Amino acid sequence: MSILSKFAPLRQTYDSLRSVGQNPFEMVFEDMLSSTEGVYKGRKTILLGTNNYLGLTFDEACIEEAVAAVRAHGTGTTGSRIANGSYGTHRELESSLAQYFDRKHCMVFSTGYQANLGMLSTLAGKGDYLLLDTDSHASIYDGARLGHAEVVRFRHNDPDDLYKRLKRLSDLPGEKLVVVEGIYSMLGDTAPLREFADVKRQMGAWLMVDEAHSLGVLGANGRGLAEEAGVEADCDFVVGTFSKSLGSVGGFCVSNIDDFDILRVACRPYMFTASLPPSIMASTIMALRRMQDEPERRQRLHENAQRLYHGLRKLGFAVGPQCSPIVSVAVSDAPLAVEFWNRLLEGGVYLNLALPPATPTPAPLLRSSVSAVHTPAQIDRAVQLFEAVGRQLGVLPPVVNAARKRQAPVATPIPGHAEVAMVASGGAR
Amino acid sequence: MTETSRDSQAEIIDGLRQLLKKQVPLDASTNIVRDLQLDSLAVMDFIMSLEDRFEIVIPLDRVAEVETLGELARVVDELRGRN
Repeated sequence: MSILSKFAPLRQTYDSLRSVGQNPFEMVFEDMLSSTEGVYKGRKTILLGTNNYLGLTFDEACIEEAVAAVRAHGTGTTGSRIANGSYGTHRELESSLAQYFDRKHCMVFSTGYQANLGMLSTLAGKGDYLLLDTDSHASIYDGARLGHAEVVRFRHNDPDDLYKRLKRLSDLPGEKLVVVEGIYSMLGDTAPLREFADVKRQMGAWLMVDEAHSLGVLGANGRGLAEEAGVEADCDFVVGTFSKSLGSVGGFCVSNIDDFDILRVACRPYMFTASLPPSIMASTIMALRRMQDEPERRQRLHENAQRLYHGLRKLGFAVGPQCSPIVSVAVSDAPLAVEFWNRLLEGGVYLNLALPPATPTPAPLLRSSVSAVHTPAQIDRAVQLFEAVGRQLGVLPPVVNAARKRQAPVATPIPGHAEVAMVASGGAR
Repeated sequence: MTETSRDSQAEIIDGLRQLLKKQVPLDASTNIVRDLQLDSLAVMDFIMSLEDRFEIVIPLDRVAEVETLGELARVVDELRGRN
């Protein structure tokens, strides 16, 4: 018996993915040519699954700032924020973010994952309650596990269900912290935040919004779903990441709550890790400025999202419930999903493959994320390839001849995500 | 076994029968994951349906300690007593 024997079933699943071709979880790009193109097996490949929403990873000004910082301040800080690892630039980024969100306080974490790990585990303590959406990201679940609060789940994007659960807890002592996401990473759907804010106010709970996928994407100024829904004042805590729209790595939390800074010496995932290197601070500060100075990037992002979402939807693919820069196609089972994914890659398009239990339902997802800097031609190429592979694998019906086509009803109902999930799970859900 | 425990267990088994849509012997010793071959998503959905049926909240850490239907019934009972 090895200490790793318990992973035998996982090993079997993992190895079976390899038998089809490229294992989706072992991808290596030999080179990055731009924010939207990489090199895989010597071939130029369109990158359609990188969360690089604004395309800032190759921004000239961001690169220059990072290069200057690495020369001036070195390659790493080699220490914690509460020891030797706080430089002027860490504080500068925190004040830039606080100003941008119009909040009094900001803490920067070394990753977005750690921001959730830290905030959830520290804010909600023993005797408190964390109320999590069932579709929450792993970092939210892990943050809940790290802390000592009782964890209660409510049905995805369902304010009435949250109300019901808060009501059941209303006679019990302890603070209640509700956590939702601006855009959910698997299907690209947004939270009904206005309604959640109503429930939060009515029931006297606290509200945290994770804007990881919505920062720079939603809201007139790109501040995320809270801005778009007009409920920023109700969102007590906003967390987010630099590793998507801001093109680097790291996480943050902003808030107006009094005494926020006490968290700096109470929050273990903030304290017991090295701070981000100076080059990351420098490029992120510049990226934040770029994001504000160039709102047209957001405009182009949404145009590209529409192009991909409606392109795939029109073909009959089971896309998510609403159009966003995350465009996911549900397919019936894992072997089909892996085959589909491999053929897309062979055709020159990379995207993410998500298999259950990482998906909200038992249906595997071919998950794309578009960028502001994708060209319309790149998006069209991806849609064409999706169609070709979809027909090869029988995910789409074969092309019918012109005579039969005329008899077909004008508006073919497109199976929604829920229906597909139902089929995939035999109707159990 | 108390009266409510039998009630909770009967209701849990009733709920599972509806979910499984097939005849499987179900009793206090049935292992929820191993014997019923439910994936984690289905288990969590079932737990949420029990929360609604009994008007309780079952915190995640309480779910983690449950393996059999009998253990689940005991947790439900305890939480019903609390509310």
